[in-house]
Amino acid sequence: MERSRILGIVYEVMKELNEGLEDEKKLELNENTKLFGSDSNLDSIGLVNLIVGVEQRILDELGIEMDLTDEKAMSQVRSPFKTVSSLVDYICSLGG
Amino acid sequence: MSGKEVMLITGTRKGIGKYLAEYYLGKGYIVAGCSRGENNIKNNSYAHFQLDVADEKAVKTMVSDIYRKYRKIDILINNAGVASMNHILLTPLSTVESIFRTNLFGTFLFSREVAKVMSRAKHGRIVNFVTVAIPLRIEGESIYAASKSAVETFTRILAKELGSYNITCNSVGPSAVETDLIKSVPPEKIQRIVDSLAVKRLTTFRDIVNVIDFFIKEESDYITGQTIYLGGV
Repeated sequence: MERSRILGIVYEVMKELNEGLEDEKKLELNENTKLFGSDSNLDSIGLVNLIVGVEQRILDELGIEMDLTDEKAMSQVRSPFKTVSSLVDYICSLGG
Repeated sequence: MSGKEVMLITGTRKGIGKYLAEYYLGKGYIVAGCSRGENNIKNNSYAHFQLDVADEKAVKTMVSDIYRKYRKIDILINNAGVASMNHILLTPLSTVESIFRTNLFGTFLFSREVAKVMSRAKHGRIVNFVTVAIPLRIEGESIYAASKSAVETFTRILAKELGSYNITCNSVGPSAVETDLIKSVPPEKIQRIVDSLAVKRLTTFRDIVNVIDFFIKEESDYITGQTIYLGGV
């Protein structure tokens, strides 16, 4: 799976989420942007929307059914959802 | 993309599910159904998937197949259900597991996967099935009623978690319906259930459809997290 394509998909979903966020809460389209934790602009529902949005867009654009929230992802010490970069790496590692 | 409403109904091979599929096909809906058995509904607007509702992979594949074809799912009716009437002292663990798998895990899996599609559309209706055995606390139905109690609570919380996506989640609770589900229940027991209702008769398919029609209609977007029991318990 091409990393740049996945990064593009994640950015597209982030742009969609930004439409509903106030200016100071908007997500920077940057690989280091934090997706959760106290220093993230996303609240817990925002993260849910991001994950579901990315799953859906991967299905739409690549035709690949992906489960980003299986037990493996949820039980990792270093969460794959920490930053844009770790999320993209995680998706690429799932292959498909 | 089709302008018609797309409805997913589980457990469509017989009983209430088959009736619902045929009823909503007759009203012009596109219906996708599933059961462990083969399709016996012949209609161009009907697609059948043969699967076990507690099989996560099969459920995900079914939902994504429907999404790929129609780009939306407007309504989910989690009808598939199994019952087993037995005294607690004679109930094997395997029966408990099997009832919870179909009734709770199946409802959970379909709700989760379909809600992902609905959340993107910011619109959707989910209707789950419970039973009057919950409020009536019918002896011999402890496991069946407990599994449905779980579905009821699940539905109420689902309604809160999905409210911001304009997805409503409600439950309908029939009393005894003339289906395979109650064929092993002795007639005198069915009579006792009927006698304890305000309206002393069995539930008909029409009674159930009436409640579902109410839950899914456009104007019911403010009706969520509710359970409607039939017959007056």
